[in-house]
Amino acid sequence: MEELFLSRNFKVPNAHTLRVYEANGGYQAMKKAFKMDGSAIIDEVKKSNLRGRGGAGFPTGVKWGFMPKDSDVPMYLTVNADEGEPGTFKDRYCMELDPHRLIEGCIITAWALGIRYGYIYVRGELQNAIRTLQRAINECYEKGYLGENILGTGLDFDLYVHSSAGAYICGEETGMIEGLEGKPGQPRLKPPFPAIVGVFGAPTLVNNVESISSIPFIIERGGEWFASMGVEKNGGPKLYGLSGHINKPGVYEAPSGITVRELLEEYGGGMREGSELKAFIPGGSSCAVLTPDALDAPMSFEGMREYGSTMGTGCITFMDQNTCMVRIAQRLAHFYHHESCGQCTPCREGSGWASKVLDAIEAGRGRKEDLELLLDMVDNVQGNTICALGDALAIPVRSYLQVFPEEFEAHIEKGCCPYPKWGKGKGKGKKVA
Amino acid sequence: MALQFSEETEKQFQELVSRYPNTQAALLPALLLAQSEFGWVSVEVMDYLAERLELNPAQVLSTATFYTMFNKQPLGKAHIQVCTTLSCALCGGYEIIEHLEERLGIRLGETTPDGKYTLAEAECLASCGTAPMFQITFSDGEIEYYENLTPDSVDELLDELDKKLEQLPAPAEMH
Repeated sequence: MEELFLSRNFKVPNAHTLRVYEANGGYQAMKKAFKMDGSAIIDEVKKSNLRGRGGAGFPTGVKWGFMPKDSDVPMYLTVNADEGEPGTFKDRYCMELDPHRLIEGCIITAWALGIRYGYIYVRGELQNAIRTLQRAINECYEKGYLGENILGTGLDFDLYVHSSAGAYICGEETGMIEGLEGKPGQPRLKPPFPAIVGVFGAPTLVNNVESISSIPFIIERGGEWFASMGVEKNGGPKLYGLSGHINKPGVYEAPSGITVRELLEEYGGGMREGSELKAFIPGGSSCAVLTPDALDAPMSFEGMREYGSTMGTGCITFMDQNTCMVRIAQRLAHFYHHESCGQCTPCREGSGWASKVLDAIEAGRGRKEDLELLLDMVDNVQGNTICALGDALAIPVRSYLQVFPEEFEAHIEKGCCPYPKWGKGKGKGKKVA
Repeated sequence: MALQFSEETEKQFQELVSRYPNTQAALLPALLLAQSEFGWVSVEVMDYLAERLELNPAQVLSTATFYTMFNKQPLGKAHIQVCTTLSCALCGGYEIIEHLEERLGIRLGETTPDGKYTLAEAECLASCGTAPMFQITFSDGEIEYYENLTPDSVDELLDELDKKLEQLPAPAEMH
């Protein structure tokens, strides 16, 4: 892609400051939006085919349409910046390198929907992002882009950074809302959806960082232009995070619908020397694993579905021939067990059980019947929990068992793991955090 | 009550509370603020916050124990959390742990006898493109990311930190 949008400022020195951001055309989209009425802005977002960039891919314009037109109480915008899906790291770049783009997107969103308050809910670990965003917000207050009667338009909008404190589950929208209210981040039953009853009982829009950062471009160039930068139903340029055994891991911008092969070869620099691609996860660890014969799968929600996986966050992890697939399944089960909020029995118990069975198989203590047991177990977790964390455990575990059954069998038959170890380690001490 | 925020922290606390329509919503950032002031989140700290935010102590306890970033015990001056989730595991996160265990003479979950370092494993810290990495939380509340680590770069970093940590108070001494 010749012209960059979302990552345009990533390499511009001091682009996180208001001065440089404005010198590069920043806040012009906001000023343009102030001349449009809310429904015209929502129409552009609908036309843009922007799909939520947090992983679920719900059409953003449709979500905006769920917000009430006349609310008795002040409405809230919450930007979900609690990015913690293994393999996913793109939103951090948006916040640390181009915070004003996100803030500009927030202001346009507030104007379009009549929102009074906004919170950017950031992973507590991302101190650099929190500091950078806070500085950028302070600059906007000084300039009159935030606060009361913004630029004389009559828009009152206050925006705050809210620091989370290390809980993956707060990336789930209602878990995040609970966290914002100062409670343990245990997801809520839906309905009611946040657009009707969200944070502090008020109508709340929950959008991802990259989604909101895309809004200024949709206003600047129009929804149709944004849609043309992608494929059917999947609009826009998009950020892809590439990691694993590749030459050039990092965050890259490319159109929606680009193939995994193009991303790997043209952006990621191909596999490392001596590494051959064995498997990849297309959009964060909760997506089903794919093999090299799916390299031509397009990065779109519909396209990925045809290959039996999902687009997720669009952050791809590549694994080479020395990677033990049992260990990957074990590692991920451990992750989801650690991060389960404990509210629903199938997820709380199932994730721990799956993790223990996979530990045993990886250590060579597995039994043949364990494979069927695992499949049965994850079938009982999926779809039986309040939020999607249970599915996020079940989908990958099932996929590793189905795509690489021979590796599980080899572990059981040989009574050991046939692959090189990940560091020797001296065993797990007690966990302090 | 014996505990009290310093003047500077008190200002930050007041500003935090002003951001939300009720005091409970300020709890996560207030706990982080209290942790950087008092070193760790003891029962005493939780009770202090409950009083300041007009909450039931059980509300503070249930929130403080849910999130991994609130330390319920004093740790070393530098709390090293090595990420070993997917991309970090693939790119050498476990080797970094092994190297740290050898260099510091402790295992995961332990603190060095001089009180400088606590070593822990963390789940995905959103740094997959720059794996392997660890995050260090210092006893004054600062959090830093260190990315693209190798055993050699870890050694260099710890040589530098050894000196810096002399200046920091141990969390156990902070209240």
